[in-house]
Amino acid sequence: MPEVTAYKVTERRGETFSYLPPMTPERMRQQIAYLINQGWNPAIEHTEPERSFSSFWYLWKLPFFGERSIERILAELEACHRANPGHHVRLLAYDNYSQSQGTAFIVYRAGSR
Amino acid sequence: MAEKSYQAGVKDYRKTYWTPDYVPLDTDLLAVFKIVPQAGVPREEAAAAVAAESSTGTWTTVWTDLLTDLDYYKGRAYRIEPVPGDSTAFYAFIAYPLDLFEEGSVVNVLTSLVGNVFGFKAVRSLRLEDLRFPLAYVKTCGGPPNGIQMERDRLGKYGRALLGCTIKPKLGLSAKNYGRAVYECLRGGLDFTKDDENINSQPFMRWQHRFEFVMEAVRKAEEETGERKGHYLNCTAPTPEEMYKRAEFAKQLGAPIIMHDFLTAGFTANTGLANWCRENGMLLHIHRAMHAVLDRNPYHGIHFRVITKCLRLSGGDHLHSGTVVGKLEGDREATLGWVDLMREPFIPENRTRGIFFDQDWGSMPGVMPVASGGIHVWHMPALTAIFGDDACFQFGGGTLGHPWGNAAGAHANRVALEACVEARNQGRQVEREGREILTEAAQQSPELKIAMDTWKEIKFEFDTVDKLDVVNR
Repeated sequence: MPEVTAYKVTERRGETFSYLPPMTPERMRQQIAYLINQGWNPAIEHTEPERSFSSFWYLWKLPFFGERSIERILAELEACHRANPGHHVRLLAYDNYSQSQGTAFIVYRAGSR
Repeated sequence: MAEKSYQAGVKDYRKTYWTPDYVPLDTDLLAVFKIVPQAGVPREEAAAAVAAESSTGTWTTVWTDLLTDLDYYKGRAYRIEPVPGDSTAFYAFIAYPLDLFEEGSVVNVLTSLVGNVFGFKAVRSLRLEDLRFPLAYVKTCGGPPNGIQMERDRLGKYGRALLGCTIKPKLGLSAKNYGRAVYECLRGGLDFTKDDENINSQPFMRWQHRFEFVMEAVRKAEEETGERKGHYLNCTAPTPEEMYKRAEFAKQLGAPIIMHDFLTAGFTANTGLANWCRENGMLLHIHRAMHAVLDRNPYHGIHFRVITKCLRLSGGDHLHSGTVVGKLEGDREATLGWVDLMREPFIPENRTRGIFFDQDWGSMPGVMPVASGGIHVWHMPALTAIFGDDACFQFGGGTLGHPWGNAAGAHANRVALEACVEARNQGRQVEREGREILTEAAQQSPELKIAMDTWKEIKFEFDTVDKLDVVNR
């Protein structure tokens, strides 16, 4: 019988990109550039990990309407993380046309540096 | 003042129903049929006959015709076009006045348009190629209970396609063993699992037992992963009463989504269930068993783009669309055509995709296309390029057939999807660079690597039977 590898104990995940290795700063910049170029409005949310199942996380400040600076978004993500080190921090992109979110993914997992 | 007098007998249809000068109204329902007439029947006569038989006409004149204003109610054949590359067939365009159809009833529209006329002797074969529902009619239909945007908001899943898997073997598993297969798929990273369409409530697994074990699996996978999960609980049943009973039980168990087979069960049942879903906050996955009976023959039947439009009006949040790349039928451009018809608010005429009319859906929500059948991780780059994010990719064998089991198979699919999405967002040509993208991702994921080794070189390249008519391409 061919060797079967046991699948690990289920890990907590966080939707889009949570099955890829943690993003390097360069990969993060590329994703932010993408959502800005789609014409979406970036926003940041954070939450205690045990409450992550809710639709509504804490909104960090207000959405950054029309913001086109990748550095500014990165700085806000970091500021949110520093202020809430025990929280998940995610970046999302409001799509006015669909009245939904074009994308959303966790940038800092609770407890990460 | 009677201008007409009654004369018994058979009259040429074209005298009444062929009106080449007619300019269709915005409120008309428009249809295009592909007709192969019987030998010796002129095209205008065949087109007029189809217009007549699908609206007010019958084979002979009757005196009661003169009690109404038939000019107001009749269908009109207003244009004829050759079918490119085919001298046996032609396209007939027919306009039907709005008042021929009951509001909000796909059933009534189909009964008229694809009813008796399909057995009519003057035509050798007949195919309904496309329909234009006027916005005035669209507004009378309920449409998808939730739509793509509401589904995303309910599930909290953005910026990527959704992933599903049909549980196999499709027949014969007990409820608990079936639930095991569901749990493994969902904890490994899929968003959804699906009842096979053949699963209703057979002796080996009654529906209540299946619903209970499946929902335990869904809840457990949600708790473990922190992500929302669902299983399409098939509520297709022998009677509407039984269908609603199953839907109610699914709701009671906290299920986010149920499933229905709209063609075998019928549009009456489907529209009713869609209304129930809208009122009860339930997503509705639509399977399409029997569609190929209707839509595969290029000369007779109903094109899938028409069936797609009817389903969007009747109501459903997911609809199987074909994959373009898997084991089932589907020409790429034609598939893109009906995928647009599912998702977009306005679809302009585009003959290169087989779209004959502008279609305005107004504010009606979109249906999420489901690509399912014979696909696996190697298809992920093409699926991402073809469908984008607003679609659900379902890997049955491509999850359950993984050498390490369902969870590892699910994990491999999720990694492959996210790698393709990341690469696309970086501006890479995902379809062309698919091999490199997956190979890079597999360096960090042994589950993906072994999936790629298992399914390498599997391709499905049979020719498509129903191609778009040649010169249109």
